[in-house]
Amino acid sequence: MSTTPAEIASLALSVGVATAAGLVGCFAVMRRMTLAADAISHVALPGIGVALLLRINPLAGALATLLLGALLVWALETQTRIATETIVGVVFSVALAVGSLMASGEELIDALFGGPTSLSAPELVAGLLGAAAVIVFILKAKHRLVVSLISPEVAATSGIAVARLDLFFLLAFALTVALGLRYLGALLMGSLIIIPAATARRLAKSLGAMLWLSVVVAIASTVGGIYAGQVLGRATGPLIVALAGVIFFVSLLRPSPR
Amino acid sequence: MSAASNADRRPNALEVERLSVRLGTVEVLRDLSFHVPRASSLAVIGPNGAGKTVLFRALAGSIPYAGRVSWAPGTKLGYVPQRLDLERDLPVTGRDLLRAKAAMVQASRAMVSEALARVGLDEPSTRAPIGALSGGQFQRLLIAFALVGNRNVLLLDEPAAGIDAPGQQQLNQLLVKLEQEQEMTIIFISHDLTVVSQYATNVLCLSRTYHCFGPPKTALVPEVLDRLYGMPVGFHVHNAR
Repeated sequence: MSTTPAEIASLALSVGVATAAGLVGCFAVMRRMTLAADAISHVALPGIGVALLLRINPLAGALATLLLGALLVWALETQTRIATETIVGVVFSVALAVGSLMASGEELIDALFGGPTSLSAPELVAGLLGAAAVIVFILKAKHRLVVSLISPEVAATSGIAVARLDLFFLLAFALTVALGLRYLGALLMGSLIIIPAATARRLAKSLGAMLWLSVVVAIASTVGGIYAGQVLGRATGPLIVALAGVIFFVSLLRPSPR
Repeated sequence: MSAASNADRRPNALEVERLSVRLGTVEVLRDLSFHVPRASSLAVIGPNGAGKTVLFRALAGSIPYAGRVSWAPGTKLGYVPQRLDLERDLPVTGRDLLRAKAAMVQASRAMVSEALARVGLDEPSTRAPIGALSGGQFQRLLIAFALVGNRNVLLLDEPAAGIDAPGQQQLNQLLVKLEQEQEMTIIFISHDLTVVSQYATNVLCLSRTYHCFGPPKTALVPEVLDRLYGMPVGFHVHNAR
């Protein structure tokens, strides 16, 4: 397993991102954003393409387009009242097409599936702060997110600013995707958000249990995938998602508690 | 329930003047005016698509509208929706929902217990996932949820939909108790004219082309109902409560 300080720091960031992904994923699943989650991660591609052209950090480009994409989805959703799934499907499929035109060859493969990268100290600090921000937001907004699941009217009469909460959730989602791009890539990061939450949804009997289980599955998949990658000498991203998938299918063997 | 004339002497919990709501290019509600005295009940009736739920959404302040919606100072709204966006098979318990609401409105654990007691729901049933509750239990949970935080006005969108006959009867008795013993103002949408005639202080009739407002004895008459529904509608009249 990891021995150098750089590898330990990288692992710490991966665990932080997995925790954020596990928490965000629970509410994404409950908000029926399962397919949207996958599509949202595609918007990172044009950002990576532009960043490579401008010779700046690709992750900064990805973060910028992800946050802009989240803002665009939110604006379209509140203005047109079209379902989030539909808007996300349109916006992010276009983003995937544009992104694949702007990147090519190995860059595209790395952007899609993640690749081996070494972290600079500022990247590590920014990553840890980003993961912490997502975790704190979800834990603080947990009750508001639950009440807003019931109906917009119930949320409004409970004093919740629904549109603002939706925006913050989309931004937290986009930030989580950006944080995971380094080792999972644009195609696979959505899976780390959705698969642990889907597993937890199946096994848990309460909201608290779902949040815990989702985080545990996300961390176990991440740490296990990184370890397997080192042992097998393969890219870690696909191994992390494959491991999460195995845990999900094993969970199907247990009868649903509900 | 008290007679409409008694209710009309109380101060109003809600005054609505010339309310209009437009959804896209369609004007769903137009120039609607009515009032609801405190500790009384208003039934909103009308055919499907008349804008009853849209009216509730406007009253809750979740959609834009023209006109005046004026709640009395100190009004605390509780809302019981007709349909939930929430899937029933989620690992969410009644306690999860009640805790979330309590956190929103700064209600204590004792206030949550009080809300449960008011609807006659025991604590153990709130520990089960919501999918394990019967239709009647779930409706009681939703009302308890709406009551948390000392709400004094309840908006109920077809509260009896999907509940069996005994469950509906218990629900009606609960609403009467909330109104009479706890002085709550209750505004509910219903398709059951028998229940409306029996329990409502006033009735708001709503269709795209026609609306009326008054006590059941003037609103639930053949000429009004024919005009409202576009066909003769009958219902069984019980003795007054």
